[in-house]
Parts: sequence; structure tokens; C-alpha cells
Amino acid sequence: MASSSPFLSKIPISNRTICFASSLSPIPSKFPSKSLRHHRRNALKVQSKIREIFMPALSSTMTEGKIVSWIKSEGDVLSKGESVVVVESDKADMDVETFYDGILAAIVVPEGETAPVGAPIGLLAETEEEIAEAKAKAASQTGSTASPAIAPTPPRATSTPAPAISQPTPAPAAPAAEGPRKIVATPYAKKLAKQHKVDINKVVGTGPFGRITPADVEAAVVITPSKPVAPKPAPAAAASPSPAKAAATSSASPLPGSTVISFTTMQAAVSKNMVDSLSVPTFRVGYPVTTNALDALYEKVKPKGVTMTALLAKAAAMALVQHPVVNASCKDGKSFTYNSNINIAVAVAINGGLITPVLQDADKLDLYLLSQKWKELVEKARAKQLQPHEYNSGTFTLSNLGMFGVDRFDAILPPGQGAIMAVGASKPTVVADADGFFSVKSKMLVNVTADHRIVYGADLAAFLQTFAKIVENPESLTL
Amino acid sequence: MQSSFSLSCSQATTVPRSNYTFDSLPFAPSKPINLRFCGLRREALGFSSLSRSHFRRGLQLHTPTRSKRISASLVDNGSPPKSFDYDLIIIGAGVGGHGAALHAVEKGLKTAIIEGDVVGGTCVNRGCVPSKALLAVSGRMRELQSEHHMKALGLQVSAAGYDRQGVADHANNLASKIRNNLTNSLKALGVDILTGVGTILGPQKVKYGKAGFPDNIVTAKDIIIATGSVPFVPKGVEVDGKTVITSDHALKLEFVPDWIVIVGSGYIGLEFSDVYTALGSEVTFVEALDQLMPGFDPEIGKLAQRVLINPRKIDYHTGVFASKITPAKDGKPVTIELIDAKTKEQKDTLEVDAALIATGRAPFTNGLGLENINVVTQRGFVPVDERMRVIDADGNLVPHLYCIGDANGKMMLAHAASAQGISVVEQITGRDHVLNHLSIPAACFTHPEISMVGLTEPQAREKGETEAFEVSVAKTSFKANTKALAENEGEGLAKLIYRPDTGEILGVHIFGLHAADLIHEASNAIALGTRIQDIKFAVHAHPTLSEVLDELFKSAKVEAHVSSQVSEPVAV
Repeated sequence: MASSSPFLSKIPISNRTICFASSLSPIPSKFPSKSLRHHRRNALKVQSKIREIFMPALSSTMTEGKIVSWIKSEGDVLSKGESVVVVESDKADMDVETFYDGILAAIVVPEGETAPVGAPIGLLAETEEEIAEAKAKAASQTGSTASPAIAPTPPRATSTPAPAISQPTPAPAAPAAEGPRKIVATPYAKKLAKQHKVDINKVVGTGPFGRITPADVEAAVVITPSKPVAPKPAPAAAASPSPAKAAATSSASPLPGSTVISFTTMQAAVSKNMVDSLSVPTFRVGYPVTTNALDALYEKVKPKGVTMTALLAKAAAMALVQHPVVNASCKDGKSFTYNSNINIAVAVAINGGLITPVLQDADKLDLYLLSQKWKELVEKARAKQLQPHEYNSGTFTLSNLGMFGVDRFDAILPPGQGAIMAVGASKPTVVADADGFFSVKSKMLVNVTADHRIVYGADLAAFLQTFAKIVENPESLTL
Repeated sequence: MQSSFSLSCSQATTVPRSNYTFDSLPFAPSKPINLRFCGLRREALGFSSLSRSHFRRGLQLHTPTRSKRISASLVDNGSPPKSFDYDLIIIGAGVGGHGAALHAVEKGLKTAIIEGDVVGGTCVNRGCVPSKALLAVSGRMRELQSEHHMKALGLQVSAAGYDRQGVADHANNLASKIRNNLTNSLKALGVDILTGVGTILGPQKVKYGKAGFPDNIVTAKDIIIATGSVPFVPKGVEVDGKTVITSDHALKLEFVPDWIVIVGSGYIGLEFSDVYTALGSEVTFVEALDQLMPGFDPEIGKLAQRVLINPRKIDYHTGVFASKITPAKDGKPVTIELIDAKTKEQKDTLEVDAALIATGRAPFTNGLGLENINVVTQRGFVPVDERMRVIDADGNLVPHLYCIGDANGKMMLAHAASAQGISVVEQITGRDHVLNHLSIPAACFTHPEISMVGLTEPQAREKGETEAFEVSVAKTSFKANTKALAENEGEGLAKLIYRPDTGEILGVHIFGLHAADLIHEASNAIALGTRIQDIKFAVHAHPTLSEVLDELFKSAKVEAHVSSQVSEPVAV
């Protein structure tokens, strides 16, 4: 368990002249200027090597550590790699070993006390002559530097002879003696206050007998209570949302006369999905696509029941076949999931909601089947009879607002998918060709939002290029 | 050692067993035909009940004069009954008494058990059993509330809640179910359950009876005291059963306070802190010693504190006594005055919603009539030797009288009481037996659990120093165990304390998932004297939590070689 690691500071500063600093990184700013000044005074006359032993960071979450025991005592000769001190972090006890040979000259932070990560906890002298000097240093440090660092608990009102053990006892005992009013805070309230660095004495207690509850601390730091609220029998709280409380928590009270209507299930799902989408790093790439050929094709196949949605879905699916990464998804932030099917979800506004019926295997079905399928899906969606797999199995989403005249827009990537395509209206546009001839072509802007964890700019650009080619030469769509 | 002699007669008759009760003939003397140790007699004749019938019958038929027989017990005791209603009477039908009774029946003894309250004692009715029901609930609550944990398993659970009465009913139902099982098993085996408070009247003689009814007097060749214990309430503490409670009340779970002080951080306190925090309470421990969880191996205690205390809604005051605890009344909260354990200085006053007194348990030996046999209790405990034989005020053994379980205070655990009871029955049926208390495991059913057997590391080191042997320690982590990781419960440590020269296991301590179930491999090894170099070859199914111990044994460095050949290979 106790894997030892070389945590000893390599910074031999503390009491040395500034000239050494060039070769060594300066001491962390934890040193108040007072002690530095003191160091300088001393240092000028001593050309010694006294190194500091720092409180190591034993885990990524560790902010302070407690000295469990000093394995070595002052005056012990240490050799490189030897364990010197046992430090207790938030996770485990670890032996800390020295990086250098030397003599443990002084222990700055004694056993049982706590020091923040990076604070000096002991001094290592290279020769015996330096021990006295190091001791002086240690004394000055404990006097000035170390004391604010050590033991964040305020001194107890009563002087008890066993401070080491009772050390972690929470603070309120001391203030109780000072103030006329006794401050009572529950254990979790104290923990929260410590965690959020709130002075518990300034928190107003609203609990029974005026005690400070976790909710009071949370109110003081303006955080919303953690979601799984007190796991007490909840129904009472849930059933009567007291208006006073609601007003207090919401940032601004609604205007008089406003109506508040709760989300429907579908709206709630949309809301949740949209909030969830914030955790995905997305980027957008736009591409202009000439649609004259597509429009011509559309006119031809329209009588056979083919819709523009089906055409675009088919085109996107065919492009995805060539760019599987755009059809992939990133579920855990660590891997690509290459989907075995190309399922095009198409966003449709229905009955005041938003749903994404899915055209499954859009690359494999022909245009006519696809169109037929789409009709069925839309009917089912209107009747609210879509089966879950018919709206949540999409691997790529298509959103088209072209029919409203929108020329370009930006879609939010639904969680669990790699990319979403936002299609704008096709508009006549003046274009200049390579020979400098102007012509008027119908152009539409497509804008794809993708998950940059898996889809990179070049991937998306290449995909759009393929898509544009398919749309500009749409014969393949009917094959 | 075996001080009781019994008689048997060769005359074969067919008198039914109902002829047992000989109140009319308390001094039934006999012409002894032979004298044997009772154990030997059983072996010799095989059918004990039959042989006993012969014996009684014989007495009735030919015994006009006092016997000339001599036995140590007669000399010691003056005038004890010469024939007995029972071979064995056990006072107290807790787990200890039950275990003893079962074994006594197996050994062919006619056994009665006296119980003044309900069968099952503390363990079943007010201790281990109902608390396990609450802990089963708290474990699940804790799991369901841990969003992080559920997420890691891919589970989605919307807010977990509980119904207090439902939880309390579960605990109560479990207790009554186990109580019925125990009662039925006693009845099925033919153990007489005598209802009433048992009092020892003299050697081999016990009185029992309910208040308002005439007392009954019964005699037995041997008597076991197994009266157990009650929650210990220090002076200055006013228990009202509502806001200041003991474990007896807490197990009924009549209310779940927002903030409860638990006085004492041993097993009972720890388990209740697990229950209360899972049900939404905040907990403050008050511990008289300088450290929480005294009695546990320090390393295990420290890890346990990191997992069971620090991240939960718990704080604590150590090195302090609760000198005065006043229940909530007249709109005032429960107040607890703390004084320094050493200086006795007033330190602090806590104002909370409830206080649970978990400062240990006191033996329940009042009214046992020990004065009738010149036995003086020590702080309430009945003094016994290593064979559970009761020692009187002059330091002599009281013949035919034993005391097991919490009442003797040797090791206040239900299963220890039962083991002691079995040991006593072994002795009175002719086989000397001394229970090795170092092989008795103990467990604390928090989440995760803590279990231990044998010595702690400091104890082992001290013993090693005085007896001049080396002590080594091996450790394994649950983090490396497949099953633990599959359960997403990798937090845990198993620790083996052993002699590297002989491979003897001195102690094993486990903190982690199902630690209480895992300890038995180690406790059995200690009980049977199995050495590490042998047990390390035993195979464990994969993947199981038991591999934590497998790995532990394998990681020990023993100088001695395999002591016995591994049994012959069997072709399959």
C-alpha cells in the first residue's frame, strides 16, 4: 500500500542568498515576506546547503496533509531513498522518502499536526555544522511562517494537554467560549462550511433551536443543495412546494400575471437532452451546396411520393457510408463507437414538441421505401405511437428549416450522436465559375455540428464535400 | 476434573422415560453396582436414555438405606440432591444457552432451559439480529443514494426514500422469525423450556417462577448460567427511551432524529452510525478514549475512519465523557455535557435531537442467587476459570456450576457464548475442552464490514517481544480483487499478522465488502492450528472475494516448509 515516492523537495532555498535562486526555482509564495527577510539576513554569511522537506501532494485532491509520524528524528543521518516521515492524506498514509543524503536538522511540523501541500515540514542539512543554523531557521519558521499554515483549527478555549489527538475535532468549541451566544452547527453543516471555506460563525442558523443546518451553509455559499437531498421520507417536501421557498431559490421572481406551465414529458426530455449536450465539446463546419440538380430530381420523383426529407436523408446516409467516423459516437469520452447501421434521425416539430423519428438503415433502403417509411413515421409521431427504437436509435441527425426561408442555422448536437446537420433554404445565388462566368445557381447552406472528441475538422470537411458531390450529382440517390 | 459420578445398574427393565421426576425421592440412595464417569458410561452403554431409565428404576427398587458411595462433589457440597430432574439446566435462553442446549441434547443430556423473558435473548431480540435488518436497509439506502456508485454501474435510480415504519417492521419481523426458529428447535429436540426467572438456591438446585405464581424448584447435575447482559448506562445519563435511548430502543426505530449523538464508538455505536446516516440523520460521536473505534487494529481503525466516518455526516469528540445527558423536554433539546476524560474539566455542551448510549453492556446477574453459593461478582460479571467453571469468593471452583457468555465477560459476543456453552457441555460429558478465544472471530456490520480474529498488530508485537519471536505482517487490498471491483466496492484491506518462523496465524483483520463472511477461513485456520504454509495451497473459486484471503496467505513469507504432505492426489 504505502508505495513510497520521492516527494522531497528539490528546492534547497529557505535560508539562502538570492544568488542561488538562479539555479533553483524560487520558493513558493507561501513564504511571507517577513521570514524571507530574515532568511536573507542570515543567508549572506552562510554558504550552506539546507534543503526543505515539503508536504507532498499525495493525491490529486489533497490540499493538506497530516504528519502521522516522523520515522527519523532530529539529528538522524539520512541517505537518499530512505523513508523520513509518514504523511496522512485524504486517501492513505504514505511514507515520504528523501531525495538527498543529509541530516534531519529540524522538524518544522511535529507529529499529529497538519500542513498545507507545499509547506515546509522539516529541514535537511548537509553537514553537521549546518544543523544549528537550520534549527534557527526552523524556529523562525515555526514562529512566523509555519504557524498560519499548521492546523487550521483555531486554538481551543480550554488548554488541553493532548492536542495531537483531538486535533481534528471541529472548530466551534472555541468560538463558543468567545461569543455570548453559543453557535450550534450540525456535523454536516460544519463539514460543508469547511469545504466551502465559509466562516461558520457568520452563518445564521435556522434549524431547530437556532442551530446551523447544512441548508444554512448552502444558503450562505449560494449553492443549490446537492441533488439527492436529505434522504428523509420525502413526500412532505415534494408535495408542498412552499411558494416562499421557491421564490427564494429562483433568481428572479416571475412578472406578475405570468403563467408557469410545467414541462410535458417530451419537453422535459428535450430539456434534459439539451442540458446534457453541454458536456460535449462541439464545433461547426458550414458548406454551400448547389442544389439545381437535386431540385430537378425532386420535381421528377415528387409525384412518386418522395419528399425532400427523404432525399436529404438518403444523401447524408450515402455520404456517411464513406465517412464512418461522422456516423460514430463517443459514449464515455474514451473511445469511438462505430455504429453498425446508418440511422438518420430527422428532427420534426410536432404538436408543440420536437421529436426525431429515425430512418433506419437509410443507406440501404431505396429512396421510395425511405419516403414511405418516413410517411409512416410522421403519422406515428403525430399519433404519439412511436416506439422508442423509432426515435432514439439515430446515429446522425438531420434538421431542416429551409422551408421557413432560414438560410443558415446552428443545431445542437444531441447526446450520444457524433454529428447533426442543419440544412438551410436553397436560394438562387450568383456564382462565378472558374472561368469567371457568372451564373445564378440555387445554393443551400448546410452546417454540421459535431463532437470534436471523435470528429475532427478535416473529417467533417471531407464528409461535407462528399455530401455536396452527392447532392450536386443526385442520380446515385435513385439507384 | 470430572467431579460427578454416576451410577448404573445392570438390571434390565423397561421403565419408560417418564419416570424421571423424583421429587418425592430426593435422596434416593442406591446400592452402587458400578461407578463410572458419566462420559464413559454413555460410551459404554450407547443408548443413554435407556440406561438412565434403568438407573432410576434401580434406585427406586432397591434403596432403603443410604449409600456408601463416595464422591468428590458430595464431600464438597454438603447435601446436594442425589438424583436430579435434569442432567443440565441452563439459565437463560439466549444464543449461548441455545447453543449449549443443542449440544447437550446431541450428547444425550436431559436438558432444561429457564427463561424469564423471551427465547433468543439480547442477540435475537435486541441486538445482532434486528440490527442486521436495519443494516440491510441502510446498506441498500447508501448504495441507492450514491449517485456516483450507481452511475459507475450504469444504473439509474430516481431519489431513494424509505418508510420508517416499514424498516422498523422488517427488523421486528426478523427478530420474531428467528425467535420462533430458536424456540421450535429447542422444543423439537425435547429441551424443556421453563418460564420464569431462575435463581440458584444451592448446589445443583434452581428455583424459577413468574411473579404471582408459586416458584418451582428443579435440580440438575450441572448448571450453566447464561443470563447475558443489558445495555450499560453510565451514571449521569437519564434514559427516557424516546430521545435518550439505548440500543434496545434504537432497534425499534421509533423515530429518526435529524441529529443524534452516539456515546461510544465501538461496534454498537459504529453500526448505528451506519444506520442513522443512511436514513438521513447527522451523527456526533462522543468517545472517552483518545481515538475512535478503540479495540480495532489501529491500521484497520484508521482506514475504517477514513471510509465510515470522515466522508459521512459525522463528527466526533474524543477524549471526553458525557457526564450528564438530559432528555428533550419542555421544548428544550437533548443536552449533553462533555467533560475531559482526564482532567474532568467541563469542555462543551451539545444540544441535539437525540442521544444513543452505546457505551457497552453490563452483565445481567442480579437476582441470580449467587450469594447462596458464596460467589461474588466482579463489576457484575461472574468470575470463571478458562473452562467457564464458576469461582467462588474464596477462589475455589464451584462444582457443577458454569457461566458462559456476556455474564462472564470474557468475550461479549453471541457466538462466543455459544462456543463457551458447547465447551462446557463437552466437559460435563467427559471430554476436557478449553475454548481458544483467540480463534473466535468478531465482526462489525457497517458498510463495508469490519471483521477480525486473533491479535491486533500491537498485541502481536507485544507478545512477540515477551516471548521472543518475530512478527510479520502481510496485507492485500480489495482493489486487486475481481469480484470486489465487479461490485464497484474496491475499498478495503485484509491484514495478516503471523510468525514467519512457524507460519502460525496470530491475527487477521479485514475491512471491506463482506468482511464478516470472509473472516472464517482465518478463524478456522487458527482454531485448527493450520499454518500459512499449508493453507496457502488451498484453492479458492475465481472470481470470489475469498481470493483476498488467498492472496493474503500467499503473500506471507514463511520460513517453515509445508508441514504435512498435501493429501494424495485423486484422479478425476
